Amino acid sequence: MSKISDRWASIAAAGTKETEQWPTRSFEDLIGSTRFDVHERAHIVVDDTVCRDCPSRECIVACPAKLFVPTSDGGILFNYEQCFECGTCYLVCNKEGAISWSYPEGGHGVVFKRS
Amino acid sequence: MTEFDVDVVVVGAGPAGATAATVLARAGHSVILLERGPFPGSKNMYGGVVYPRILDQLHPQWWEEAPVQRWITRRSTMVLTDDQAVSVDFRSQKWGSAPYNGATAFRPDWDHWLASKAEADGATLVCSTTATGLLRENGQVVGVTTDRPDGDLRARVVIACDGVNSFLAKEAGMYGEVDAANYTVGVKETIALPKEVIDERFGVRGRDGMDIEVLGGTSGVNGGGFVYTNLDTLAVGCVLKLPKLAAQELRPEEIIERFKQHPGIAPLVEGGEVQEYSAHVIPEAGLSMMPQMTGDGILIAGDAAAMCLAAGLWLEGVNFAMASGIYAGEAAVEALASGDASAKGLAGYERRLNDTFVLRDHKRLHRAPEIVLSDRVQHLYPQMIANSVERMFRVDNPTPKPGLIRVLNQERKRAGLKVRHVVRDTLEGLRTFG
Repeated sequence: MSKISDRWASIAAAGTKETEQWPTRSFEDLIGSTRFDVHERAHIVVDDTVCRDCPSRECIVACPAKLFVPTSDGGILFNYEQCFECGTCYLVCNKEGAISWSYPEGGHGVVFKRS
Repeated sequence: MTEFDVDVVVVGAGPAGATAATVLARAGHSVILLERGPFPGSKNMYGGVVYPRILDQLHPQWWEEAPVQRWITRRSTMVLTDDQAVSVDFRSQKWGSAPYNGATAFRPDWDHWLASKAEADGATLVCSTTATGLLRENGQVVGVTTDRPDGDLRARVVIACDGVNSFLAKEAGMYGEVDAANYTVGVKETIALPKEVIDERFGVRGRDGMDIEVLGGTSGVNGGGFVYTNLDTLAVGCVLKLPKLAAQELRPEEIIERFKQHPGIAPLVEGGEVQEYSAHVIPEAGLSMMPQMTGDGILIAGDAAAMCLAAGLWLEGVNFAMASGIYAGEAAVEALASGDASAKGLAGYERRLNDTFVLRDHKRLHRAPEIVLSDRVQHLYPQMIANSVERMFRVDNPTPKPGLIRVLNQERKRAGLKVRHVVRDTLEGLRTFG
């Protein structure tokens, strides 16, 4: 049986040409596109002591604004500032008293313009 | 005797609140339209299509002034698997001229416009003011508290159009137990692209636009995806059932990212800057989750009353909100005329909801949300349909062409669907959509 040339054998062995990758983007860039007029008073308060005993922690994956971040010591770090005020967190959280949820002061919080 | 600040306070200047305020102001009543955002629509996002024909009477020739991005003349329902896409594509130029059918619009524009119409008719719009609770007297709602200094607002009737999280309806005791399974979260990117690029990719011209609703493509989380054309942006996003989203590993923005990378979607949406990232919870379950609509001195309308119609083939909400606002406004006018703002005096609201498309559509389609979000419709049928189409169109010479029934049956089995499931789902589907 005849063989292909050594040059093409090495090209073929090197695998297929790498296809262009989708540019990766950071979450910070994404949410940076949305305007927030932050009020000094937190409209959502998280009781971290309840979260420490929570095995499921639905808020971490579900919050579209990525406001719930697990800490290395088993707690949850929460930031209210870039909040869409959507309600996902309190709806998925089934731990009584973990999340106290209200709206920000009038005129503050998220400001959509192109949605 | 109570001194009232105003005849009616409408809480929330979205599509329900703005139409309610318009009806009341035209009837000569004093109305305050409260909005917690800096302007109407600033807290609102949606997939991107509004069906405004309910405005024909309230605002004749609305299309001449409404802030529309594009008129939908092409709509596509798409089913995605990991590497396949099946579309049913429909186009009608009739939808590209008055009175039109659907339109894409930005909610900050649309809601702002609709509220400005209420203002023009005499309603007083008060923005940057959050209603923080209800005022009651002998069990009757007689206004709201607000976060303004000395901000109690006393009114003969309160119309709560304060959205899907409605704190007012909950405080009034009109909600049963809130179940996350009744809700989805919609997440969306507004992506800038030149108008010519959008025209070319979607095969539309001028102000014509396209609406693509997608089943599948949401990384195994029950829900759906969408791509809508605005004038020089695209609205690309996913709707995700909350308990399913919470029970897996991918975050919402990652699910959108994967959706955008699907070979059936990527060529439509690639390139372009994200102009805005947004999210909102959707009351998805329709009739089965609706709260009590009428109480003593209070009516509930729009998303607060779970008016969204999430029925797969039909994904609507703004039209239901506008209609419920109109009917709440009319009922309040009747109640004020009779001097009875109790639930009995306000009963005209539910009578109107029952007599019109608002509850007729919801009743007819009451099983649809559950069917559409069921595991079989979400995960198994898309596989069966796409594989069957692939086999029907695959030219497998020298193997002769297979018969359709045989292919469907084999692919049904391969997808893991039992005959009794298919029979049951077909009957259920016919009963609901037929």
